[in-house]
Amino acid sequence: MPAPPDFRELAAELGFENIRTDLEDLIPYSFDGTAALSQMPAAVAFVTTPQQVASVMRFADANHCPVVARGSGTGLSGGSVPLPNCIVLCLSRMNNILEFDEQNLTILAEAGAITQTVADLAGRHGLLYPPDPGSMKISTIGGNVAENSGGLRGLKYGVTRDYVMGLEVVLADGRILWLGGKCVKDVAGYSLKDLFIGSEGTLGVITKVLLKLVPKPPAKRTLLAIFPSLESAAEAVSAIIAAKITPCTLEFLDNVTIRCVEAYAAIGLPVNAEALLLMETDGHPAAVEDEALKMETLARRHGAQNVSLAGTEQEAARLSSARRHAFSSLARLAPTVILEDVTVPRSELAALVRQIQEVAQRHAVRIGIFGHMGDGNLHPTFLTNERNAAEMQRVESAMREIFECAVKLGGTITGEHGVGLAKKPFLPMMVSPGTLELMRQLKRTLDPRVLLNPGKIFDP
Amino acid sequence: MKQIPLQLSKLDYSMLQQCMHCGMCLPVCPTFDATKLERHSPRGRIALMRAITDGRLGLSRAFAEEMYFCLGCLACESACPAGVDYGAMFEASRCDVESSRVLATRKRDLARWLALQILFTHPRMLRLAGHLLRHYRNSLLPKALHQLRLTRWFPSWVREFEPFCPELSLFFSDQLIKEQETPKIKKYRVGMLTGCVQDLLYAQVNRDTVDILLVHNCEVLTPRRQSCCGSLHAHNGNLKISRTLARRNIKAMERLAGSLDSLDAIISNAGGCGSHLKHYDELLKDDPAFRDRAKQWSEKLKDVSEWLKQIGIKRLPSGGEPKLVTYHESCHLCHGQKVSAAPRELLCAISDLTLIEMKESTWCCGSAGIYNLTQPEMAASLLQRKLLHLESTKATVVASANPGCTIQLEIGLRKSGRTLRVTHPVSLYAEAYRKGLNPENA
Ligand SMILES: Cc1cc2nc3c(=O)[nH]c(=O)nc-3n(C[C@H](O)[C@H](O)[C@H](O)COP(=O)(O)OP(=O)(O)OC[C@H]3O[C@@H](n4cnc5c(N)ncnc54)[C@H](O)[C@@H]3O)c2cc1C
Ligand code: SF4
Ligand code: SF4
Repeated sequence: MPAPPDFRELAAELGFENIRTDLEDLIPYSFDGTAALSQMPAAVAFVTTPQQVASVMRFADANHCPVVARGSGTGLSGGSVPLPNCIVLCLSRMNNILEFDEQNLTILAEAGAITQTVADLAGRHGLLYPPDPGSMKISTIGGNVAENSGGLRGLKYGVTRDYVMGLEVVLADGRILWLGGKCVKDVAGYSLKDLFIGSEGTLGVITKVLLKLVPKPPAKRTLLAIFPSLESAAEAVSAIIAAKITPCTLEFLDNVTIRCVEAYAAIGLPVNAEALLLMETDGHPAAVEDEALKMETLARRHGAQNVSLAGTEQEAARLSSARRHAFSSLARLAPTVILEDVTVPRSELAALVRQIQEVAQRHAVRIGIFGHMGDGNLHPTFLTNERNAAEMQRVESAMREIFECAVKLGGTITGEHGVGLAKKPFLPMMVSPGTLELMRQLKRTLDPRVLLNPGKIFDP
Repeated sequence: MKQIPLQLSKLDYSMLQQCMHCGMCLPVCPTFDATKLERHSPRGRIALMRAITDGRLGLSRAFAEEMYFCLGCLACESACPAGVDYGAMFEASRCDVESSRVLATRKRDLARWLALQILFTHPRMLRLAGHLLRHYRNSLLPKALHQLRLTRWFPSWVREFEPFCPELSLFFSDQLIKEQETPKIKKYRVGMLTGCVQDLLYAQVNRDTVDILLVHNCEVLTPRRQSCCGSLHAHNGNLKISRTLARRNIKAMERLAGSLDSLDAIISNAGGCGSHLKHYDELLKDDPAFRDRAKQWSEKLKDVSEWLKQIGIKRLPSGGEPKLVTYHESCHLCHGQKVSAAPRELLCAISDLTLIEMKESTWCCGSAGIYNLTQPEMAASLLQRKLLHLESTKATVVASANPGCTIQLEIGLRKSGRTLRVTHPVSLYAEAYRKGLNPENA
């Protein structure tokens, strides 16, 4: 491995406190939210302006060291896990909200702004910023864009991409560009901003984001349905979709997850239920009333033993907050939790659930399942221990089989967490060699010196 | 010389692994919020602890300083969905830091020895110091020192704090509370712990606690010679003394009560102490002579408001003046003990009292044991933040159930010329009760 570059020059430019190379500073930046992946960087750089980002890029170019952009490090595919000898470019201090445009319903935020801050600001003005990933109280807008994150409301409102109107990006060669704008329609040339959405820090560093807001729906109903099996819950979801109802949320928890969430949140979830569906509809009061009733009927028809309505707004908020903590709560059960992100067409949910259970049993691995069932997106989560090599091997095999199942059912290996490092080996299962080659070509065009997060998504 | 992180390695490794670095604790961590640096965050600190246990990092000075920059407020524990036991790892780390002596200086050693091994280990020494201080403050000496400008020879923190220091109690708890006090109708039998700082500065809170317990039909047993609970020692890297103190307290309570069995509860009214007292079972789990007794102790240990909530808080009829009160949550009561609703319920049982919630009531005030002395800058900024939130409630009283917070808030309020009263919820209740009994005394 080459010796790390001399960072003094960069430090002089950014300020010495903004370039960190001590072991005590590198270790806390050597991982993200992904289990069992870590790598020490050579330095961590804190920036507050796009010009500083450009300086880091020029320094990286001159010294040939990779740059890994990082928001809050909550990613679940190893996207912001460092690479050997790299600079971690941390945007968490670049977190201002620059503009709130009440006339055009937009917010302009720096990339390091926290998702929750944006959502709260919108809420104070009677507006809604819909993408609400489970990690929203700490994830950054830049990270959300780079992963094209989904959330609990994806079913009706879509994902981050649907709310990005413009981006400021710094390219690998240090050029600073503005892409997109406040126009609702704009076909002047390629929609380049879209290229950077979901690019996982491999094509450019996002420094500002212009986000679209929508009016806050006047009414909302939250229902909790208890099912005797995972499959019956999955069938209910498929039925609701087929009945042409579009609730904003259809979230699912299995028994293992219910118990863990209850242990944390203590909000009185039914710990003996095999499966739970958290169903939410919003919009015009009359429509909401009607949809809630239809969902309840459909749930019962597919075996729901009990359907209850959240009485107050606080109760509804407690339920979705509990759901947001599903993933971390599972860590109560095992030292290592590895979560997957498979997604299938919604008609295939019951089949997927069945196969996941079968695979887990055959490989003797423990799995908890939860997810955005309304999006066909499940998070089978392996409960294991990274220090148990034999078990990790079985987890590995089970994981591959689950991916294969999903692909066979017409699904994808990742719905919202991205490929990063964790799913890189499985990408060829999903996309054709031709598509992969086009991705590589794009990467080479925008980042010819392979500085930006090289080796993530695919090998360069 | 390579230091072996004894206490950290003794922990079950899965405790360290349990942190799955999801980052859900970052927004509530005051030191991360202020710096946005991961080394100052819960998951960053846990990563450093794990690196030390793995041998990837030595017990460095930077690590040691990090462990003292952490407030130990445990807000991260409340926020952590994975149930990470940060407190245990934090105590083990500070213990290893102390054995490694990377921070040791003559001055620091002396201060630690005086505080941990003399004052807060020997109740009599603490009382003696209290007596001396009381005489000093009541004498003409402070004025004389100021006039002769001799105070400039004081260390800077003493100079800072001295003029704003809370008054010492006129009496200590044992002058106010009998060893055994029995209500007319006796339904429960409880042991009472009077604490060190509470005893020295706010002994009246202890009297008020006993009074409320009597009102709620509890017979109260208060051992005469109580030791410090040992939290100061445990949080500052001296688990050994902390264990000795725990044994002493258990024995003292057993001696007076006959056995722990005969008690329905053991009551603490100081959030910081209670949080530690409840962990005697963990602390003494390797001591065969005490393991079971400590377990029983921990099961019975209750914060006063928690206990009252359990047995049913009596509502006080209206009669006094209306009061606007806000509640500041002691970290070790709300995060350490997860007691948050009970003190509010106690306050709301006073008919004339209106509780106004402040923003960030669970956010540390910067007191954090002796943090305000060791990390004055961070502590001051936390205090400022707290004062602003207090002010915007328009309350005239702030209730807080931990003497450390009370001191910190009193100092802050005095320095900034604000006139809010800081007091314990039990005192508000006891005062209202006494007024109700005899309105002329109001
Ligand atoms: C408890 C928990 C719940 C979660 N729930 C969801 C969920 O419901 N839905 C969902 O989609 N995801 C979820 N996630 C995953 C994760 O939170 C999202 O991917 C999030 O968008 C990452 O944001 P971050 O700021 O932490 O980014 P990071 O983890 O720091 O980075 C993620 C990727 O983006 C790149 N990147 C970051 N900032 C920039 C930038 N400014 N410019 C260019 N590239 C950048 C990084 O290089 C990396 O590849 C969850 C994670 C956790 C821990
Ligand atoms: S919330 Fe818990 S598991 Fe998540 S990073 Fe913080 S301490 Fe670790
Ligand atoms: S104890 Fe408090 S200061 Fe320390 S890591 Fe936890 S939240 Fe942060």
